[in-house]
Amino acid sequence: MSAVTISYAWPSILVFVAAAILILVGALGVITYKNPVHSALSLIMTLFGVAVAFVAQQADFLAAVQIIVYAGAIVVLFLFVIMFLGVDRKEHVHVEPFVSQRPLAALGVLITVGGLIALMAESHWVTGVKSVSTVGTALATGQANVRQLGTAVFTTYLFAFEATAALLVIAVVGAVLLARRERTVLTEEVDE
Amino acid sequence: MNVPAAWYLVLAAVLFGIGAFGLMTRRSALIMFMCVELMLNAVNLTFVTFARTLSDVGGQATVFFVMVVAAAEVTVGLGIVVAVFRRRSSTSVDELSELKG
Repeated sequence: MSAVTISYAWPSILVFVAAAILILVGALGVITYKNPVHSALSLIMTLFGVAVAFVAQQADFLAAVQIIVYAGAIVVLFLFVIMFLGVDRKEHVHVEPFVSQRPLAALGVLITVGGLIALMAESHWVTGVKSVSTVGTALATGQANVRQLGTAVFTTYLFAFEATAALLVIAVVGAVLLARRERTVLTEEVDE
Repeated sequence: MNVPAAWYLVLAAVLFGIGAFGLMTRRSALIMFMCVELMLNAVNLTFVTFARTLSDVGGQATVFFVMVVAAAEVTVGLGIVVAVFRRRSSTSVDELSELKG
């Protein structure tokens, strides 16, 4: 393999290591913290790490959207629900209905991740052949990336874009319907 | 020159594995949603890496749509969590066993 002889620029390695630390430490925090608020804050750390990885790979617009939509909206929604429900106490795990759940989950995850990595190492489905549709146009960075992505979304993927608009409206209406309390239920609860 | 794509792909695979492990072991519905977000982000990272490797903006457009769907999913999912909490005073998924045969 010639990959060993190629020396990669050390800033890109540094950025990768920083992003990897942010992502992995945050992800481990999400699944280990008992307090949901701490898990949500760890999730923000992971999302920032993914945003760093996006910037390092010429996805500038997506990195901005990642911060605004994920860290700014989705995690805040999580925190809002946690505090609204008052579930920021420890999750009670005194009952373990399925004893071998953790080892089985670890085994399944190890097989999946090991299989993915082995597939990456063994097969050659990453051929490096450029796309047929965008042949000759390199992936741009910065403002040009925003223009490129916007052009793709509003031409090639226009139908999908319109469909997501409908999806968002349906999701908002559904969420309002789910969270809405019936007037009769409310008076019954007050009477009790 | 940027680091090889395989580094980012392995990182994304590990992130996906952590998210999947958390989804299978945690009891709180809220934490399970966060683990789903981890897995979605791992796939997004893979898409962006392939978009960079193959110089195709289609991968980035797909990530854009995945983000929209994730936002919609969180909205409805948290609505369900709130509705369940109102009835059960708990977000533990183990207590939702009424349909158990």
